[in-house]
Amino acid sequence: MLKKYFPSILACLALAVLFTIVQVGISGGLLSGYWITNIYLMGINIILASSLNLINGFTGEFSLGHAGFMAVGAFTGAIVTANLGLPFPLAIIAGMLAAAIAGVIVGLPTLRLRGDYLAIATLGFGEIVRVVLMNIDYVGGASGMMGIPEVVNWPIIFISVVLSLLLIRNFIGSSHGRACLAVRENDLAAQMMGVNITYYKVLAFVIGAALAGLAGVLYAHYYSIIQPKEFSFMLTFDVLVMVMVGGLGSLTGSVVGAVLLTTASAFLQAIPELRMVLYALLLIVSAVFRPQGLLGEKEITLRTFERWGGVLYAALNRKQTE
Amino acid sequence: MQLLTVNKLSKSFGGLVAINNFNLRVESGDLVGLIGPNGAGKTTVFNLLTGLYQPTTGSITFDGRDLKGKHPHQITRMGMARTFQNIRLFGNLSVLDNVKIAYQAVVNYGLIPAFLRVPPFNRREEEIEKAALELLEIFGLKEHAYDRARNLPYGEQRCLEITRALATGPKLLLLDEPAAGMNPQETHELLSLIKWIREQFKLTIILIEHDMSLVMGLCERVLVLDYGSLIAEGTPQEIQQNPKVIEAYLGDEEVVAWEE
Ligand SMILES: Nc1ncnc2c1ncn2[C@@H]1O[C@H](COP(=O)(O)OP(=O)(O)OP(=O)(O)O)[C@@H](O)[C@H]1O
Ligand SMILES: [Mg+2]
Repeated sequence: MLKKYFPSILACLALAVLFTIVQVGISGGLLSGYWITNIYLMGINIILASSLNLINGFTGEFSLGHAGFMAVGAFTGAIVTANLGLPFPLAIIAGMLAAAIAGVIVGLPTLRLRGDYLAIATLGFGEIVRVVLMNIDYVGGASGMMGIPEVVNWPIIFISVVLSLLLIRNFIGSSHGRACLAVRENDLAAQMMGVNITYYKVLAFVIGAALAGLAGVLYAHYYSIIQPKEFSFMLTFDVLVMVMVGGLGSLTGSVVGAVLLTTASAFLQAIPELRMVLYALLLIVSAVFRPQGLLGEKEITLRTFERWGGVLYAALNRKQTE
Repeated sequence: MQLLTVNKLSKSFGGLVAINNFNLRVESGDLVGLIGPNGAGKTTVFNLLTGLYQPTTGSITFDGRDLKGKHPHQITRMGMARTFQNIRLFGNLSVLDNVKIAYQAVVNYGLIPAFLRVPPFNRREEEIEKAALELLEIFGLKEHAYDRARNLPYGEQRCLEITRALATGPKLLLLDEPAAGMNPQETHELLSLIKWIREQFKLTIILIEHDMSLVMGLCERVLVLDYGSLIAEGTPQEIQQNPKVIEAYLGDEEVVAWEE
């Protein structure tokens, strides 16, 4: 019985250790404000990268609309708290819902488009969102929204990241996730296997968009100020690089990509031009030398913990019997 | 019982009439052969039956229901499955996952159990896995269950395609040139396999094939298409002696010879 749950327990333990180390670093004043910000950004980027990967890597649709979905979430969430004075959890729900609806709106008409055309259409969607937001006075026009409650802290970021990853991982490991993979591999054959490809293409967009919306709500409630221009194509591009470097179709890869690139840009903060050069270079290098990304389609799963756990468990048992 | 009725079916692509006034009746349990020269429209018939193409005119009734406006996945779930002339596996997925995907036409569960891994997630997943592995065992593919589908040898890829089609639980199985690229030995094995699955799974089968030994060895009834029209229908013996058929095939050879 214990053996069965050992990997899960070990995984939870690892997460608890990670959480505590950062929490101690923050409360104990060991981490500078600059690095705390970057750790939060890392969390937000993990959510963005893994949700974009669900659309682009697992379902094989090439979307460039992620900044748009994030903006919808951020502004909706900010309206709920800053303009309407409602509590933060409602902002999360509203932000994710609004982004999910945007996902349906983008997902449905773009179904007939493939490859480049889909990329261009979703890119257009992102730009439309930005321009529309700039022209709505209710959300501050071009100068954006201010005075959004700064409620986001490490526990909220941590839980959001863990739950997002768990949700995507569970989805991919289910029959619905397999249907998405089938769409990516061969949509004609998928239909002949009884897979409703329209449904699963839109579903991937909806889940991906909802999680990007969550990232937006977190972002807004950490910085307290948001401007439409922050959600430009450049943001989508950053996330795309994280996904590509980590590996299209690897959730672990998205985490690794987000952590690596957020860290890199933290070091290069002083020279922002260099950051863009680095991203572009990374994209080219990874496309040429490792198109499958650092991790390919490999994952760290409970099985990984099972292997480590098995070794540990055996060692513990031996001690007891001795 | 009449399982499939095709009535005055036509399909044009722009100016090209690929299928012209095609009629077909298939009884439950039949094994029908569909032959014809290259480009005659055989694959197009399958694409129309499975809903990948919408007919220009005419109607298709399957298992008592009109297929007009039905999506391919709905038709699959009504009990029609097919294989492709050029193999279309989910290449990067495991052999097991290829079959599991097909099996969800039969067994599935909602989104909430998928996200939260609450019942019936575990039970249904176990059920799907068990059934998929059983099917793979029957077709001698179990040892490859965890290999990538694209790494299988050619003959086994063809076999996996048939396995996967059977996992959807079909009444009618459409096989599009299953022996293409096989040597005589493999073709002979395929012949026994088709006979066997027909018995085991109580299938009705329509077979497109260029290999005449397979068609003559399997089918009770053969239809011949040429330039989108049905030019002959009958037993294999009748077909072999039909002057129209001989002409269609000879004509084809003449063209080939002329092109060379
Ligand atoms: N989607 C399409 N668009 C345009 N023309 C098509 C399309 N599908 C098929 N055709 C045309 O219809 C005709 C019949 O093609 P089909 O693939 O059905 O032939 P076939 O009998 O299966 O031939 P083969 O033995 O070579 O497989 C051909 O002339 C083909 O070019
Ligand atoms: Mg064909």
